[in-house]
Amino acid sequence: MSRLVIASIGPASSVQDGGRHGAQRYGLTVSGAMDRLSLAAANTLVDSEPFAAVIEVGPFGASFAARDGAVRVAISGAPRNADIAGSPVAMDTSVTLKDGETLTLGFARSGAFTYLAIEGGIRGEPVFGSLAVNARAGLGSPYPRPLQAGDELSVSAASGAPELRIELPKPSSGPIRVLLGPQDDEFDDANKALFLDSEWKISATSDRMGYRLEGPAIKHLHGHNIVSDGTVNGSIQVPGNGAPIALMMDRGTSGGYPKIATVITADVGRLAQTSAGTAFRFEAVSMAEAQDEAKKFAQTIRSLPDRLRSADTAALNIEALSDANVAGYAVSAVDAGTWQVAAEP
Amino acid sequence: MSATLPPPRLLPSGDSAVTVEFSRTIDDAANQRVLALDKALAASPIDGVTESVPTYRSLLVHYDPGKIGFDALGDKLLALASQPLPPATNARRWRIPVAYGGEHGIDLEDVAKALNTTPDDIVARHVAGDYKVAMIGFTPGWSYLSGLDKSLQMSRRQNPRLLTPAGTISIGGIQAGIQCLAAPSGWHLLGRTPVRTYQLHRNPTFLTEPGDRVTFFAIDHKTFEEQDRAAEAGEIIAEQVVA
Repeated sequence: MSRLVIASIGPASSVQDGGRHGAQRYGLTVSGAMDRLSLAAANTLVDSEPFAAVIEVGPFGASFAARDGAVRVAISGAPRNADIAGSPVAMDTSVTLKDGETLTLGFARSGAFTYLAIEGGIRGEPVFGSLAVNARAGLGSPYPRPLQAGDELSVSAASGAPELRIELPKPSSGPIRVLLGPQDDEFDDANKALFLDSEWKISATSDRMGYRLEGPAIKHLHGHNIVSDGTVNGSIQVPGNGAPIALMMDRGTSGGYPKIATVITADVGRLAQTSAGTAFRFEAVSMAEAQDEAKKFAQTIRSLPDRLRSADTAALNIEALSDANVAGYAVSAVDAGTWQVAAEP
Repeated sequence: MSATLPPPRLLPSGDSAVTVEFSRTIDDAANQRVLALDKALAASPIDGVTESVPTYRSLLVHYDPGKIGFDALGDKLLALASQPLPPATNARRWRIPVAYGGEHGIDLEDVAKALNTTPDDIVARHVAGDYKVAMIGFTPGWSYLSGLDKSLQMSRRQNPRLLTPAGTISIGGIQAGIQCLAAPSGWHLLGRTPVRTYQLHRNPTFLTEPGDRVTFFAIDHKTFEEQDRAAEAGEIIAEQVVA
């Protein structure tokens, strides 16, 4: 058993996973990683289940030290400079920290959240099947709060598996796609057009509960008080001041402001990774398109093991490895059941 | 009679959830239909539905679009919603102790002044109410109650408080509430209960369910302290009335 010591860390950094499902009817929100694709990519690199618990690192820098043994980790998500004792570590790769070594992450160069997955996962006590931190409800394990310098995670000793990289689909730079509703009828056509045609920026006061949007004021047709109803990740509600708020993973499970639109599942992580101050637009899509995109997004996550490559070579050459009599080792290093070469969709 | 009920509206809440809306306002008949649909869905699960969240006027149904599409799910939900309402069964009933006024209910005096009466009279009207848990939302265990005496209905505070204590018993508009965790609130704080509607390592973790009935009774502040300690240790404290 090794330890991973949080040597330094900024705000908005916590243990997160696929979230806590099934208790929204009691007011318990889902929480979980803000960017599920990056969560799954980091986990896949260390042969974990896609939605296993990882460290979600906020926009500021952080450093992690291995103690009592080596620790194998992987990073994916918001790009940043990373190094071990001055030797650079690439995004979307795994790397093994020897006992005593420290992995240092710089500020996010764009986006907000980087995911640090640890081989063997994070040990903790799940509640409703999740270790995700929900500070307001006092939930999360091993620490029911954001991480602080000095915290320690007990983790598995590194397996010695060869390091991998993952080839992720090129991220889209297009508009954030939304489905209008559920309360788009609380806005007239001019204000719906204003919402869809304007440039928006995410306010620096945003957090895991909600992203506040800066842009023109959106006016309601019948006032801003509606009877509370349920919310989802990506609900865009418009409070009295007309400044929309996109509800994120730590949202209240119900809300009393009209919701003009909902970010499609495939784009919630992209919105989460939009840096404060960066201009972007929304685009309305049809239900059929949104559901197609949701299915493709789920398929991309399922296909992540097919996107693993040896960290050393541009493409893993099974024949060459076989010739060198190390193929068995390479194959067993990742889950043999999911290891497929050249199975790109 | 149910045949005359208008069908609910199906409002898309993104690609993986649908809001089944029975009313735009707070209305007990609509809430009954929400809870009936929630029960019907639990009794006849639809493949692909992952979670349902009842609110005053609508049922939010989360689903996996990889398993069922919006139109197919909508048809099934409308069919379930068109079933006659089940006969009223005996709901669970909770008696919830409340320490009113003073440090535990900092708005009691102001509410009495605003309504031209005494704090004792406000307490008397509040404990006389027969409430129903219409929904649980916002933060864990926050139980929104219908059935507030009309004479106690007043608009919310101009300036919502950024933090109100755990266990707060409050009123806001036409609603009454039992709040479990410390949270922001714009409601008027009448008192505090030692009862935890949500407590992590207790069985059950969540005490109240939508549809439960609730009445309140006054306790003194010393009793509050004692019961608060017992509740912290995992006691339920709330009395369940067997019908």
